[in-house]
Amino acid sequence: MEREILTLVTFFPLVGVVLLMLLPKDRHDSIKGFSLIISFVTFLFSTWLYYMFDPVANGMQFVVNIPWITSLGISYHMGIDGISLLLIVLTTVLTVLSILASWNSITTGVKGYYISMLLLETGMIGVFCALDLFMFYVFWEVMLVPMYFIIGLWGGPRKVYAAIKFVLFTMFGSLLMLVGIIYILFEYQKFSGVFSFDMVRIISELPLGYQAQLWLFGAFALAFAIKVPLFPFHTWLPDAHVQAPTAGSVILAGVLLKMGTYGFIRICLPLFPEATIAYLPYICVLSLIAIIYGALVAMVQKDVKSLVAFSSVSHMGFVMLGMFALNMQGLEGSIIQMINHGISTGALFLLVGMIYERRHTRLIEDFGGLAKVMPTFAAFFMIITLSSIGLPFTNGFIGEFLILLGAFKKNSIYGIIGATGVIFAACYMLWMYQRVFFGKVTSQENKKLLDLDWREKIILIPLVGLVFWIGVYPKPLFERIEPAVKQVITQVGRATTVEVDENYQIKRKLATADAVETEVTFQTEELSDE
Amino acid sequence: MSDYLFLVPIFPLIGFLTNGLLLGRLPRPVVSFVGCSTVFLSFALSVMLFFELKAMPAGLRVIEQVLFTWVPSGDFHVNVALLLDPLSAVMILVVTGVGFLIHVYSVGYMHHDPCPGRYFTYLNLFTFAMLTLVLADNFMLMFVGWEGVGLCSYLLIGFWFEKKSASDAGKKAFIVNRIGDFGFLLGMFIIFWSVGSLDFLVVAEKAPLVFAAGGALITTTCLLLFVGAIGKSAQIPLYVWLPDAMEGPTPVSALIHAATMVTAGVYMIARTNALFIMAPDALLVVAVIGVVTALYAATIGLAQNDIKRVLAYSTVSQLGYMFLACGVAAFTAGIFHLMTHAFFKALLFLGAGSVIHAMSDEQDMRHMGGLKKYLPVTFITMLIATLAIAGIPGLSGFFSKDEILWKAFSSQFGHPLFWVLGFITAGLTAFYMFRLVFMTFYGKERMDSETRAHIHESPKSMTVPLVILAVFSVIGGLVGMPHIFGVTNYFEHWLEPVMAQGQQAPASHALAAGGGDTGAEWGLMLASVALVLVSIYFAYVVYNKRTELATSLRERFSALHKVLLNKYYIDEFYGAVVVRPVVYFSLFMWKVFDVVVIDGFLNGLASRYEEVSDFVRTGQTGRVRTYATVFVFGVVVIVAYLALD
Amino acid sequence: MITLSAYVVVAMVLFGIGVIGVLVSRNVIILFMSVELMLNAANLTLIAFSRALNVLDGHVFVFLVLTIAAAEAAVGLAMVITLFRNRETVNIDRYNILKW
Repeated sequence: MEREILTLVTFFPLVGVVLLMLLPKDRHDSIKGFSLIISFVTFLFSTWLYYMFDPVANGMQFVVNIPWITSLGISYHMGIDGISLLLIVLTTVLTVLSILASWNSITTGVKGYYISMLLLETGMIGVFCALDLFMFYVFWEVMLVPMYFIIGLWGGPRKVYAAIKFVLFTMFGSLLMLVGIIYILFEYQKFSGVFSFDMVRIISELPLGYQAQLWLFGAFALAFAIKVPLFPFHTWLPDAHVQAPTAGSVILAGVLLKMGTYGFIRICLPLFPEATIAYLPYICVLSLIAIIYGALVAMVQKDVKSLVAFSSVSHMGFVMLGMFALNMQGLEGSIIQMINHGISTGALFLLVGMIYERRHTRLIEDFGGLAKVMPTFAAFFMIITLSSIGLPFTNGFIGEFLILLGAFKKNSIYGIIGATGVIFAACYMLWMYQRVFFGKVTSQENKKLLDLDWREKIILIPLVGLVFWIGVYPKPLFERIEPAVKQVITQVGRATTVEVDENYQIKRKLATADAVETEVTFQTEELSDE
Repeated sequence: MSDYLFLVPIFPLIGFLTNGLLLGRLPRPVVSFVGCSTVFLSFALSVMLFFELKAMPAGLRVIEQVLFTWVPSGDFHVNVALLLDPLSAVMILVVTGVGFLIHVYSVGYMHHDPCPGRYFTYLNLFTFAMLTLVLADNFMLMFVGWEGVGLCSYLLIGFWFEKKSASDAGKKAFIVNRIGDFGFLLGMFIIFWSVGSLDFLVVAEKAPLVFAAGGALITTTCLLLFVGAIGKSAQIPLYVWLPDAMEGPTPVSALIHAATMVTAGVYMIARTNALFIMAPDALLVVAVIGVVTALYAATIGLAQNDIKRVLAYSTVSQLGYMFLACGVAAFTAGIFHLMTHAFFKALLFLGAGSVIHAMSDEQDMRHMGGLKKYLPVTFITMLIATLAIAGIPGLSGFFSKDEILWKAFSSQFGHPLFWVLGFITAGLTAFYMFRLVFMTFYGKERMDSETRAHIHESPKSMTVPLVILAVFSVIGGLVGMPHIFGVTNYFEHWLEPVMAQGQQAPASHALAAGGGDTGAEWGLMLASVALVLVSIYFAYVVYNKRTELATSLRERFSALHKVLLNKYYIDEFYGAVVVRPVVYFSLFMWKVFDVVVIDGFLNGLASRYEEVSDFVRTGQTGRVRTYATVFVFGVVVIVAYLALD
Repeated sequence: MITLSAYVVVAMVLFGIGVIGVLVSRNVIILFMSVELMLNAANLTLIAFSRALNVLDGHVFVFLVLTIAAAEAAVGLAMVITLFRNRETVNIDRYNILKW
């Protein structure tokens, strides 16, 4: 059971999909209840995963490695480290909450909707578990399809435009990634004589030339940067968010964006260390632009949801900045910030969805004085707002602080410019909060709004709990990601001992870092051979 | 006892959670009881801790309590840990003591408000945050309190959120504070990457080894920290939020915007004195900003008509004094003034609240007058506070202000010019404060008859705190009497272990031992007392005896009056130079860059693609025979090609 | 003795007639018959070569083609009838909605 737990977590929602297909499509209640149970059980599996996870062990855990298509070296290779662990738990939590949040808002095509949600969950968890490039790519594309339908079928007025834009952007990037994967496949074959998509093996063995690294990093980075989204590839995001149904936005912001940053940390950094160093200034500058640009543009949005969408651009800029600081604080902060962003932005979208269900508008100017009419709602919104602007003892602070600390170490200018984002965040969030919640209730329709019901409170309470848990006692999370982050740093650290001569040939000095790295790989190999 | 240190901030937190989670479900008396009693428990515990600390030998007065590991990230390791030393002991006494009185006062003041639960929730949260701030043993935890008090200030200023001006003011306070926090953050980063730790004790110990005294790095660090202090303590150029903050309930103004939160900047500089003492250039900046703010805010205070705004500018001005003290390395004097100021300024605000309460929420002094006979307790206590702030000998404000002025003159970082500016400020302070007293309590009754009918002295829950604070305004200064009176300066001795942390040649120390020129000290003291008395007389003439003088003065200097009344148009300036350009720039970026440039490019790409497709598809006629012809033609070409090859 | 090339020539002629029939005829039925003609031209070639090379593969193929052609004829004629019912014409140029 322990060996197969990853398979179980990943494919359990798929079991739900099959069972849902058997239900008649007009029995909405049983469809909803059923998918809730399935997603909740998946969540339970993931918490079990969390407890089984050994915080001090190096390398991948729960590894499953079964040859699949041997002629091409494709294997069913799954395994997680601390980074994937946290993201998986985040995914399962958010899926449960999104299904709860869709309870009343999805009235047409109910069956298809919940099937899409569960399929999406499998795709997302799969991406975080996959240790085989082929599987990674398959899961990456698999989750695109249900998301396309969720936006395109259950979205707002411009849903088709948004859905197509979303898919085209992502496809554009992922095709380049596919080319990169195939290139790596052949390079590896040239190097070792066999085909293999095995990430762990490729990362630890394959020497890539500097030029090749630059191109490959470019291909992968573009795919991931679009997903993140890094400025200037972000324009699909506001459209997709605004048009998507609430649950779609939650999953999109909470998990899908993390796949971009996860891709960077899992593939780009360890596989192309020299290229990482070479691209570092550019990515940092783009992240800084994203931080400030996202914040400024968020400030002038008229629609709450697109405000939150642009704030995502800003927050994900923080994540990228911390990651490319390439030191312990920056990377850890970046990972924590991924989780934070999932929680707080997810919660913001849920909150916006709740008010949208009541008023069928999201325009800031249509509101005002809601704190009087819906005090509980206002209180929840305030807590999440504070977490989003990084108030200490909420989760946002830990991430932002470490990211800026790390970035400051890398280059003090990065730290300084990044820190201004903290000011802007306060501006746009509080200004929005003021216009929505403060003042007098002017509109008649707002006067009879109902406060949150029990279902909505149940959705929000776990998120608020997470906000404070991560803000006050994040130590368990840090313990779990520390080995993984150390490994990434060692892997990238190889590049710092590298000299590039005129012909772009790399002479790699065998530094101690390399020795550590091989050791780590061996452990993983042993695990997978059992 | 010291094991229970963590309970000091925890009690208000419990109050916060109780009132906050059961919001609207508890009856009013229970809410008030929870709100006040938790702070009282903290206060009682603080007193006990204070005596425990006092019982320890002077050099060893440090109690540290590590609660749990907060952020362990590689070599960056921060604990949630509390530090009680003489400095924080003074602070927790002020915070919980004055805080408790203001909580009690609030029971009466907020009696008619529909949401007392929310009010006490915020107030307890504030107390928690403020205690965290002063008890933190490292910069990062201090930052928690630092932002926490900012949050509570935001919530409480905007407490009556239906008023647009109130929610505007709250937002402004938070954002301006954030600008300061930006500096604080960067300062912390430099400290961590230089020293390798954020613990106050470690930093104080290692700083002399790591930083070159007077070097650029330490100067930058101190200036960045000072930016944080400027934001929180409302100094030029970030003071603009404090006058607006008067939109909040008056007890809030007393607690947050006079007695405790705004003094956090002073506390922070005193706490990091080991760093500042190594950066004379930074100290100079602190002193200059402090004294200029003191004078500048005092001039604005001369022309304001809103009773709370006068007090707000007075607070800004008094905070300037404290920074002046810190800037001349007289940190003890700064903290001393912080303490006395907490007493008399809280009293002034509470008194003003009592007046406003009596006047049916009228705040404009032009509609007051002659309240002396209606509000005897309020009048007496406010008069005491006014005398204290003006610096009448014997009252608390006299000792603390005089010490600052003397240190500004005599300290090795001081300068006679600092004294001159501080001296002028003292005169102005006396003038505008007595202007307030005369306009409010003396002269003709300028309110309308309906208001007059409602005037009543405040209930006991409000007057008793006033009386207690008045007592402290009188005697609070005695603990820090200067040496020239032939007594020991207990306050300075008490704080000495903290203030001597990193100092090689502490100027205040040498002077404290009697090395100063006592003749000069007496002379300067008498000069300032004389100036104060003259100012009071002047105020008496203009605002009580010959009120027509006020009008004629106003007319003669109408341009100047207008500038002062409009606060030098600073808000308008910021609006035009900072706020509006940023908003327009953002709009431009959104509408032009996002929508036109990026999306325009991509949509343009899509449109070109569509056009090409449009052209190509005209080949699709839909007629089978056309297709067949093309097909056959193709076959013929291929066959011909193969045949010829 | 009829030579192999004679068979091939006949087949080519038949195929050519079929192609021209498809290209010039507007009547679906004739078009249909032309297609059959082409199929049978192919069949003829297959048989001829099969015979000439003395292997049976060609025969087998022809049977396959014949059965397929029969099925195709059935389906095709059914479609023609349906089309005629809808459009009341067998003019192939009128069936031109399969564009864009």
